[in-house]
Amino acid sequence: MGETARALAPGADAAPLLAVRELETWYGESHVLHGVSFDVRPGEVVTLLGRNGAGKTTTLKSIIGILKKRTGSVVYDGVETIALPSRTIARLGVGYCPEERGIFASLSVAENLMLPPQVRPGGLTQDQIFELFPNLKERLASQGTKLSGGEQQMLAIARILRTGARLLLLDEPTEGLAPVIVEQIGRTIARLKREGFTIVLVEQNFRFAATVADRHYIVEQGRVIDMIPNAEIEKNLDRLHTYLGV
Amino acid sequence: MFELLGIPPQALFGQLLLGLINGSFYAMLSLGLAVIFGLLNIINFTHGAQYMMGAFAAWMLLNYAGIGYWWALLLAPVAVGAIGVAMERLLISRLYDLDHLYGLLLTFGLALIFQGLLQNQYGVSGLPYDIPEALSGGRNLGFMFLPNYRAWVVVASLAVCIATWFVIEKTRLGAYLRAATENPTLVQAFGINVPRLVMLTYGFGVGLAALAGVLAAPIYSVNPIMGADIIIVVFAVVVIGGMGSILGSIVTGFALGLIEGLTKVFYPEAAATVIFVIMVIVLLVKPAGLFGRTA
Repeated sequence: MGETARALAPGADAAPLLAVRELETWYGESHVLHGVSFDVRPGEVVTLLGRNGAGKTTTLKSIIGILKKRTGSVVYDGVETIALPSRTIARLGVGYCPEERGIFASLSVAENLMLPPQVRPGGLTQDQIFELFPNLKERLASQGTKLSGGEQQMLAIARILRTGARLLLLDEPTEGLAPVIVEQIGRTIARLKREGFTIVLVEQNFRFAATVADRHYIVEQGRVIDMIPNAEIEKNLDRLHTYLGV
Repeated sequence: MFELLGIPPQALFGQLLLGLINGSFYAMLSLGLAVIFGLLNIINFTHGAQYMMGAFAAWMLLNYAGIGYWWALLLAPVAVGAIGVAMERLLISRLYDLDHLYGLLLTFGLALIFQGLLQNQYGVSGLPYDIPEALSGGRNLGFMFLPNYRAWVVVASLAVCIATWFVIEKTRLGAYLRAATENPTLVQAFGINVPRLVMLTYGFGVGLAALAGVLAAPIYSVNPIMGADIIIVVFAVVVIGGMGSILGSIVTGFALGLIEGLTKVFYPEAAATVIFVIMVIVLLVKPAGLFGRTA
């Protein structure tokens, strides 16, 4: 595990590792984000909660630079990334795990795992990854898409842990998975948090999010409209239910 | 002398060898097309012209610079590949967001331009290019005479095809290529420079065509329309093998060359059309091609 990552711990006074300001994004002519702003401090786990179509996934895609038509400011580790291509943003130390997992069918599990290049020193070793996800070790020669949904999700997370990325963008990692796998992913995120990784998690399942996150940003109609610290989630349940329409 | 199905063995094996030679060129050309189509989603109609430019580059190196065949095997693909890289950066890259048809039209237009320029300069009668001394002559195998150069072409093509397959299927670079073929956006988001990968892949595919052109120069005369003659058959090979399938291109290329050769022996009237008949049948029965994956 990277010494830098391990040394950092979430703290209210720390300068943000990721600062998003007035982020606006378009899909072609369609204006999707209307000024998203939020901070993520080093070592924090932050969730973006919201209904379907609120702009959570678009926010992650805008941060990593997959969506090019964007304005505003996204500062990662002191570097303004709004005009950078996604490959350069990744090389700064941002790991992205997409909603649909993005496992490559033409690659074996081992090839999928080794695909993202090391962007910084201090990524997890293969042994550390197999300790986190023992299933993967036995399936290395299998075709990536032959894995179960849960194993594919583990592979999608595992491959960005190798790279030395310090900020992980995880888009709905629990979507469509059995409760036992969701629990395992929750334990993994908690472990990564202890190791000092900074994580932005897009979730619809706030009960899961509450088990792993420090703070929750509520996204609605392309804006962040509220922030609820995890410690205060119980007393804000009604508010949360209203936002999420549960 | 014994006969097989009423055919003298010299005729049979002679045509099989010719089929294998044609198959070698089909395989190398369709391999380049498959690599390019897989990653760029471009149907590279300039491929035949680039094969022809490889042969012309070898001829020019020899006649204007005194550089012989062996160096031409290296220099011509590099030179024509570099032209390909420039084409990709300046022209083709502008079409990636558009329908396949635009790429096809652009590359078809470029093929006509290259062909026209060389035709204007050198005519269409063909320019001779001698077999290198080390590969002249041949050996009598008892049942047929095997010219050394033709044996070399088959072995060299096979080696190039296997090496290309190995790089694409078994190396880290190949994993990048395969992944970028599936989902270039995500590969780019992992920090891999996909535009550069695309540019170099196009250059490599073009270089393969040019290498085939150099190999072909001593067999066929160097001619501006030599690419136009072969490219339609090569597209049929690609369709039969499966668009974008690396293994499919290699296997189908050699196999169809042999089938064409056998047809020349047993039913010569159909030799020119047999590949297209097979293409129609494959399209009807397995539209993704023999080795292609359905979406």
